[in-house]
Amino acid sequence: MAGSLESPTERSARLLAEPWQYAGGPSSGVSGTIASIREIWEQRRLLRLLTGRELKSRYKDSAGGFLWSLAKPLTQLFIYYLVIGQFLGAARGIENFAIYIFAGLTVYTLFSEIVGAGTGSIIANSGLVKKVYLPREIFPLAAVGSALFNFAVQFVILIIASVVVGTLSFGPQLLFGLGALVLILLWGTAIGLLLAALNVYLRDIQYLVEVVLLLLMWASPILYSWQQAAAILPQWLLEIYVNSPITLAVLGFQEAFWSEASNGVPLPHLALRMLIAGAVGLLALFGAQRVFSRLQGDFAQEL
Amino acid sequence: MASHVPVVEINDVSKRFIIRKEKSLKERLVNAGRSKQFKEDFWALKNISLEIESGTTIGLIGQNGSGKSTLLKTIGGIIQPTSGTVRRRGRLAALLELGAGFHQDLTGRENVYLNASILGLSRKQTDLYFDDIVEFSGIKDFIDTQVKFYSSGMYVRLAFAVAVHVDPDLLLVDEVLAVGDEAFQRKCLDKIRSFQREGRTIVLVTHSLGQITEFCDRAVLLNRGEVLFDGVPHEAVKDFREVLEERRQDEAEEHNATHEEKVPVNNGRILATTVHAAGRAEGDPVQPGDDLIVRVTYEHPTGIDDWIAAIQIDNVQGVPVYGTASLRTGLELGTLREPRTVEFVLRDVQFGTGKYFINSTLMNSEKVHLHDVPQAVSFDVPYYDLAVGLVHAVPEIRSFGA
Repeated sequence: MAGSLESPTERSARLLAEPWQYAGGPSSGVSGTIASIREIWEQRRLLRLLTGRELKSRYKDSAGGFLWSLAKPLTQLFIYYLVIGQFLGAARGIENFAIYIFAGLTVYTLFSEIVGAGTGSIIANSGLVKKVYLPREIFPLAAVGSALFNFAVQFVILIIASVVVGTLSFGPQLLFGLGALVLILLWGTAIGLLLAALNVYLRDIQYLVEVVLLLLMWASPILYSWQQAAAILPQWLLEIYVNSPITLAVLGFQEAFWSEASNGVPLPHLALRMLIAGAVGLLALFGAQRVFSRLQGDFAQEL
Repeated sequence: MASHVPVVEINDVSKRFIIRKEKSLKERLVNAGRSKQFKEDFWALKNISLEIESGTTIGLIGQNGSGKSTLLKTIGGIIQPTSGTVRRRGRLAALLELGAGFHQDLTGRENVYLNASILGLSRKQTDLYFDDIVEFSGIKDFIDTQVKFYSSGMYVRLAFAVAVHVDPDLLLVDEVLAVGDEAFQRKCLDKIRSFQREGRTIVLVTHSLGQITEFCDRAVLLNRGEVLFDGVPHEAVKDFREVLEERRQDEAEEHNATHEEKVPVNNGRILATTVHAAGRAEGDPVQPGDDLIVRVTYEHPTGIDDWIAAIQIDNVQGVPVYGTASLRTGLELGTLREPRTVEFVLRDVQFGTGKYFINSTLMNSEKVHLHDVPQAVSFDVPYYDLAVGLVHAVPEIRSFGA
């Protein structure tokens, strides 16, 4: 037996000293969130294993392995560069267009993977959800983990490419990249958690998410510059557009890895906007966790 | 010894399931106004309160849908009760479905680590017990193969091996002991026994009533979400058999009501079957050594000259325990037309504890069954604490030498 040398008497004496715990998820309110975070922290090793499982199983029987995770973004980069940049002429107004696109795509892909995989995560793990009690947040979080891994690979390529092209230089502007990453993690996790829970009750969500993610990609300045949108959008819509966390994260990444050497025009008050979006994102994450925690009680029977 | 250490406290727990009949957005929108029609409440548990003490093995029994698995899941925290609370202490391991945490594309080795982690073992501990786990599962040669290539037996063996090597204070087991070949089952049951010796608490859901009386200190009988009985296992088992018998009779009546005309009247039929022990009333328990009297009434609309009256006694599992027929005793029955009763007297019966069913049969001389009434009546043999099994015998156990 696993390390058990205690006698029945010792066992019951130890159990008598142990505090009661309530079966199932932690209670509501702020204390519930803190309890959830503690639970997840205790399961961090499992979180790592689940993330590894996601990654391992995805490319398990392929010879190319995780290199395939690069195929899609690189192809996207190539198509957009050629068709939008050259054929349609978007590259004329934007220097180092390839780096520009790739910076935006890298950070957007992270968001899209977190939300996409997060939404389906509870259902994909229904076998576990129905049979074992675990803090269920770890399934969407494992999706965040595996998305981060793919992001890291792309990120390395982005760094190499921007060094080669010469758009990367050391300076305080790199903090925008960090801010953008934090912004995406906050908002992606919040939305992923919320949708993962809702998707259990209404399976239409996962299909809806695919469509919306496609839309959101074009609703942020990844393939064109924000000034181009500013020239056309009415004022109220423009405010929403530039203050969306995704736009801000994309701009943040461009600021860090592209702007300096490419005469980019920064959005006014970018740092402040990102700070505000980050603060709101933190609140959103808290709210999403509350909703998730309330809905998760009935997961096992809905699956 | 610190006696009286409760490890689980279930306090007034109820669980409602809402059965919805539509799932997609479209259906919900279309039916939004009439959603009441498409919902149905089902109370899987009603005001259950239980306290489970450390070191006991407690069995949950009940018919399908009686709420026993739901209760087990609320103890495990997998299902949240609609009202009431469940609290517990100590480390919990749930064997609700073996291999629930297995991932098809990972190897056995990777799955052992993953599953052990899900059950709460650290990596170091898993390293330490890895060899034991593989040894116990007996699938050493396949440990680095992806589990999707495993046979179902191998899968289950590995999963069980992992589950019993975590160090739980409280083990929840749901119907998983009936897996693997006989040798492996024996191994599993031995493991359960050693868990008991080590003072672990076990909550067991099973349909094998034998396991309940063999392993449990206490049994809880659930019926339609309510506790019907809580106490000594053999009494719970007896009560449970009564519940099942009631249901069987209800179903038989329903069946008869709908299938009445299907009975081939031209072939003759069995009108009634009764059973009692000599000197006892109908329905009283049959004691070992009693003479069992079975009376069966037959009729045949067109008349038959050569016929055979037969009975067979089955136990609860449907195993035939006894059978006899008029042909065997050489009795000539003569013509059957008007209702006639045949009496079977079984001298000095020595049945073991449990419930037995009598199947009644009318045959012609070629042994073609003209009418069968399966489980026409039943009788009980009371609990005997000196022995188990189908046969009653008084044991005297002596020892020789020092």
